[in-house]
Amino acid sequence: MFLKKYISDIFNAVKSLLIGMRRTGYYFTHRKEIITQQYPDVKQILPERFRGEVIMLHDENNEHACTGCTACELACPNGTIKIITKFDVTPEGKKKKALDTFIYHLELCTMCNLCIEACPTDAIKMAQNFEHSVYDRSQLTKKLNKPGSKIREGVE
Amino acid sequence: MFEEVGTTTEGDLMINVGPQHPSTHGVLHLVITLRGETIIKVEPHLGYIHRSIEKMCESLSYRQFIYVTSRMDYLSSHINNHGCALCVEKGLQIEIPERAKVIRVLMDELTRLASHQLWWGAMAMDVGALTPFFHAFRERETINEIMEETCGARLTMNYMVPGGVMYDLHPNFQKRVKDFITLFKSKIDEYDEMVTGNVIFQNRMKDVGFISKEDAISYGCTGPTARASDVSCDIRKLFPYEVYDKLDFHEITATDGDCFARYMVRVQEMRQSLSIVEQLIDIIPEGDFQAKTKAVLKLPKGEFYSRVETARGEFGVYIISEGGTTPYRIKFRSPGFSNLSALDHMARGHKIGDLVAIMGTLDLVIPDIDR
Repeated sequence: MFLKKYISDIFNAVKSLLIGMRRTGYYFTHRKEIITQQYPDVKQILPERFRGEVIMLHDENNEHACTGCTACELACPNGTIKIITKFDVTPEGKKKKALDTFIYHLELCTMCNLCIEACPTDAIKMAQNFEHSVYDRSQLTKKLNKPGSKIREGVE
Repeated sequence: MFEEVGTTTEGDLMINVGPQHPSTHGVLHLVITLRGETIIKVEPHLGYIHRSIEKMCESLSYRQFIYVTSRMDYLSSHINNHGCALCVEKGLQIEIPERAKVIRVLMDELTRLASHQLWWGAMAMDVGALTPFFHAFRERETINEIMEETCGARLTMNYMVPGGVMYDLHPNFQKRVKDFITLFKSKIDEYDEMVTGNVIFQNRMKDVGFISKEDAISYGCTGPTARASDVSCDIRKLFPYEVYDKLDFHEITATDGDCFARYMVRVQEMRQSLSIVEQLIDIIPEGDFQAKTKAVLKLPKGEFYSRVETARGEFGVYIISEGGTTPYRIKFRSPGFSNLSALDHMARGHKIGDLVAIMGTLDLVIPDIDR
């Protein structure tokens, strides 16, 4: 009786294993259903909304839309963004607040998208670049506005 | 203080499992007292991944603190965000548009599916089957791509905001989800074929880690862990939020209370989630995806509580507001913590090999327990 149960147990176990292995064998012979991506050689095109890092948009005249209103700085939960403003003198001789430096700490950023939501002029957006490894931590602190750039005409 | 390693006065052996042990999930640290191979006591030690999220939230505004909760139960980050957004909306007394409600429910169910898929793979890996892990991840990747396209991230989305959702659905969303539904329907049968029917797997799961209905209630278990012991605790049914009261789905319960019952509850929940997604995907109403809210949110003075059903159980958010822009105190009721507390009760008297199977069926996410 014991021997009979022992043998039938083994038989049942092997049988159910083979049922499971049939599925494995199926994929072994159907290579088209394998979805592995050859990552560093073939790079996937990431969707437009993918959040990789914050960038500032510049047009061909090296102009951006940032007014230096610090809405993004206030919206950020981690203190990722630091905005330094200066005072420009307009042709009429009035002083006007403008962006001096847009400092972005990538190492603190959690890609929560709240700064983009807060921006009233759509000056910043999320880029799809996700390969951020660098040799030195200081390289992760970035200056987003390009040198010599200024605010676009008509953006308030 | 108790000793963490060595022998007790009765001659029992005390050993450490984890943190970073291959069979524990994440950084769970268990001190196990063994008599021979039999477990006498299991003592979870917490604190290895404590980030004091509740305290952090006190210095963040009502818009900002939601993103932190994605980092708690990272497998159901949408649902955590949803709970927080619901609580803030309750305080603000705003009604969100119908479209946002449907989008939220769709995202919740997709997250639940992804979470259960990962659990299924990890669970099978815990009891010694490696292949299911890759099969589960293959289907989970489909959901991740849908999330990536609509929400912009794969794991920590931060898609729910007070008043609705952050973006509108991506134009491809409906088509991709429909493709996923047809794909996954055949894959669930594949899952059953590979693991559920396996005699070795069933022998390891049946009559292991039993917890009775009364004990499950007194330990505060929720979610599939409690529903496997015949406790009706689905928040989606008991306290419907968003559009769950209009949907046709079953609350899955089982009576056995052992590991196999918990396994079966989760596998059947995957089918239920799939049916919810199927019901909603064609009837997403037109309209706004976000209600108009003020730039700076201020909750009135008072206490607010809301709860949602995550993949692991009941997730509660309790906010005390003093009327300012930041909460005075936030408490999160996480399902993993209560479920873990029942581990000792479940594992006593079993062999050490069963402990891993029991832990697998509890579906523990350690950042959720430690916060």
